[in-house]
Amino acid sequence: MLNKYPLWKYALIVVVMLFGVIYSLPNLFPADSAIQIRGANAGLEMNQTTLNRATDLLEAENIDYFGAEIIGQSALIRLPSNEAQLRAKAAVQRGLGTDYIVALNLAPTTPDWLSSLGAQPMSLGLDLSGGVHFLLEVDMERFIESRLDSYSSNFKRNFREENIRYRSIDVMDDNSIQMLLADEDTRDAAETWLRRNLQGEFLTEDVEQRGLPGLKLTLSEQRRAELQDYAISQNQTTLNNRVNELGVAEPLVQRQGANRIVVELPGVQDTAQAKNILGKAANLEFRLEARGNEGEVFPLRNRQGGRGTAMLEDDIIVTGDNVTDARVSYDENGLPQVAVSLDGEGGSRMGQVTRRSIGRPMGVLFIEQKSLLQGYEDVNGEPVPIYDTVEEKEIISLATIRGAFSNNFVITGLDSAQEASDLALLLRAGALAAPMQFVEERTIGPSLGAENIRLGVNSVIIGFALVILFMVAWYKVFGVFASVALTANLVLIVAVMSMLSATLTLPGIAGIVLTVGMAVDANVLIYSRIREELAEGRPPQAAIDAGYGRAFVTIMDANITTLIVAVILFAIGTGPVKGFAVTLSVGILTSMFTAIMLTRALANLTFGGKQLKKLPI
Amino acid sequence: MSEPKIYDFMGARRIAAAISIVLLVISIGSLAVQGLNFGLDFTGGAQIEVGYEDPADVSDIRQTLTEAGYRDVVVQYFGNNTDVLIRMQEDNNPRLGDEVLALLSEERSDVTLRRNEFVGPQVGEELREKGGIGMLVALGLVMVYIAVRFQFKFAVGAVAALAHDVVIVIGFFSVTQMAFDLTVLAAVLAVIGYSLNDTIVVSDRIRESFRTIRRDDPVYLVNVSLTQTLARTLITSLTTLLVLIALGVFGGELIRGFSVALTVGVLIGTYSSIYVAANVLLAMKLSKEDLMPPEKKDDVDTEEIPAWLTDPEEEENEKK
Repeated sequence: MLNKYPLWKYALIVVVMLFGVIYSLPNLFPADSAIQIRGANAGLEMNQTTLNRATDLLEAENIDYFGAEIIGQSALIRLPSNEAQLRAKAAVQRGLGTDYIVALNLAPTTPDWLSSLGAQPMSLGLDLSGGVHFLLEVDMERFIESRLDSYSSNFKRNFREENIRYRSIDVMDDNSIQMLLADEDTRDAAETWLRRNLQGEFLTEDVEQRGLPGLKLTLSEQRRAELQDYAISQNQTTLNNRVNELGVAEPLVQRQGANRIVVELPGVQDTAQAKNILGKAANLEFRLEARGNEGEVFPLRNRQGGRGTAMLEDDIIVTGDNVTDARVSYDENGLPQVAVSLDGEGGSRMGQVTRRSIGRPMGVLFIEQKSLLQGYEDVNGEPVPIYDTVEEKEIISLATIRGAFSNNFVITGLDSAQEASDLALLLRAGALAAPMQFVEERTIGPSLGAENIRLGVNSVIIGFALVILFMVAWYKVFGVFASVALTANLVLIVAVMSMLSATLTLPGIAGIVLTVGMAVDANVLIYSRIREELAEGRPPQAAIDAGYGRAFVTIMDANITTLIVAVILFAIGTGPVKGFAVTLSVGILTSMFTAIMLTRALANLTFGGKQLKKLPI
Repeated sequence: MSEPKIYDFMGARRIAAAISIVLLVISIGSLAVQGLNFGLDFTGGAQIEVGYEDPADVSDIRQTLTEAGYRDVVVQYFGNNTDVLIRMQEDNNPRLGDEVLALLSEERSDVTLRRNEFVGPQVGEELREKGGIGMLVALGLVMVYIAVRFQFKFAVGAVAALAHDVVIVIGFFSVTQMAFDLTVLAAVLAVIGYSLNDTIVVSDRIRESFRTIRRDDPVYLVNVSLTQTLARTLITSLTTLLVLIALGVFGGELIRGFSVALTVGVLIGTYSSIYVAANVLLAMKLSKEDLMPPEKKDDVDTEEIPAWLTDPEEEENEKK
């Protein structure tokens, strides 16, 4: 019999729709204002005692709260209003001190049975939630230049040690290193040395200058890419650490392209302060431990949580500017260690000091500017945060010098791989990073964000209503089918976006609206076909079947090509355009299901298997 | 079988071609002479949106800022007369938003900062390049897809229609000097998607007509196809326009450019799927031989429906 779906197709549709409803449901529960508390470093765990301290602080300040819970590494306290949220943040931050980071947050109110299924609301883009967006660019040219400088001073020292007589080794403007050597034999020796020690890092080329044989070294593509990756990831780590200081609930620090980093701070309004914190520098100082009483006492970082101190000499051997790399490695016994590399200048100073200081401990001092939130000041009825800048100094490593070393050395005696990687991270954070600059900045006020949501939702509802009205007026019962499909499509788009944890932006909403307009196209195609078939005198059942059958290929072709465009949009677009591309692609895919299968099922259920004289279309 | 009235679309094809050429010439001419009013996303610079409680006076604000020493300040209303958008070419200055706000609140205390954006010039330039390349890649891939699925002449027709639409939409932004920003670029790319959709539906029907109708008269066959798809072309355009109008009227100033671009695009796209694509096909002398089905079976369509979408009964039905 014509126009009957087998049971499994109906079952499939029911299952898909059930899935759609469940996963889109969390978006209907409005989020609570909340503060989030977590330890300033990974070792500090959040426990009930700390949470009680926080709630006591709130009670002392007469701030109402409801719901205080520990979720994994952090604690969440829900507050009745935005205003209470700001006061609570200031109070708790003051009370708990710098060991904890207190951030403003929006706590989802998804019921437990939904979250246990993994359902969660969509996250909102900055244009909807308000906040700051920064794009930072790493100055690769300057970074590469500084690396080449350090290479060239290394060459000079190594060649002296190896007795390879050179006249000059210079970094040229075209990012190459040019060496002029005494004679042809020396050039061969230099080449052999380079091949042995710097495999694949440089491309070498013979040159002839001022009557002297020379070599021109250019960085290999691979090495260049490695250096760039290194510079970006180092900067990213540093930025991550600093963003944490700002106390933002869900910050995003992400690499974009070859040399850029995106930082998004939802909820932050004070751009200038955020920029100060992101742009400030940490530094390192290598100093010998003081003998006697001449020196300065610093806290000693200790993994057991205890707080020792140590006294260091006032003389600084090298600073973080001289550190070019710090990485975890393992010695022959498989024990973790940190391998540190210095540039040429740092290396030679280190060499001089270590030669006469074997057996003495050397400390690495980590210096960081920190901004601490002190509270809020009332300016024209708006709370304005007040920050205090302090310089924190801490010894992150104190190890005995076992022998003279210069450019490359290892720090041993570390207890665990975790400790080694922590130390390497701190060394890198304080090391000379590639310079960065802000190339893009966007601040969206929270009121504008809320307004954008309202406008977006309104236009979806109105556009949707208009289309449904038209379809029902034009196609009658089939118009109702199309409207059901359209609603189902909207639910599915939201469900899929929530599942992918995609971010909803204003252009994203525009994408949804556009999908609403275009998704009916499939139905229009099908229904026009059915009308044509009827006009040609086919019986109603055959007309429905032929309408769906013939329109299918057209719909496929049209949707695939639109999908191609959406994918390209996604590939070339940044933030907002990407949002549009995502909703457009998701919408096309879900509309294929709802506009074809769902409406067919509805038509089959209503008309299938019956003797029809006329079709109300 | 009663044949419904066939509209003689192609009878007007010379006039249509003339209209298209005039529109294209105006667009390209305007682009060449006055170019596009690129938004902040593409030019780089700084942009600050402030909101007042009561209607603001743009010339007062302009004067305040100029007296304070800011150069090249553009001040305009944004959506309504209480919101003001200020644009300037200012180097990376983290405090710019605060400075401007401080200056303005000296004059009037009911001002608040709504949005503050800064885009470096290199980012803007890159975006312009990427946008252009994106559009070309989109056109190229689409052409390949259609050439494979249909036939080369259809690919030329579709791409001609797309290029036609894109140029005219961009030309519209050049003539009116409306700000061309990232969301407008997204809209232009969406126009490619939309117009393509339309063109493919029409091409699909032309292909079908060329294969199934016996009469060997290309102009007649194209007219039949266009007439048959006319209802759907108009209805789809109408529903899309309905939501675009909703978006334009209720969606707020930030996506106004987006909805305007798409509205123009949908109107032009509807026209071009009827007149440009089909016109090109006729100009390239599309013939029945071009479209001889590669398969032996004459019902190509059903063969391409995947199994999960067909009723098992349907096939039996066909055998009867």
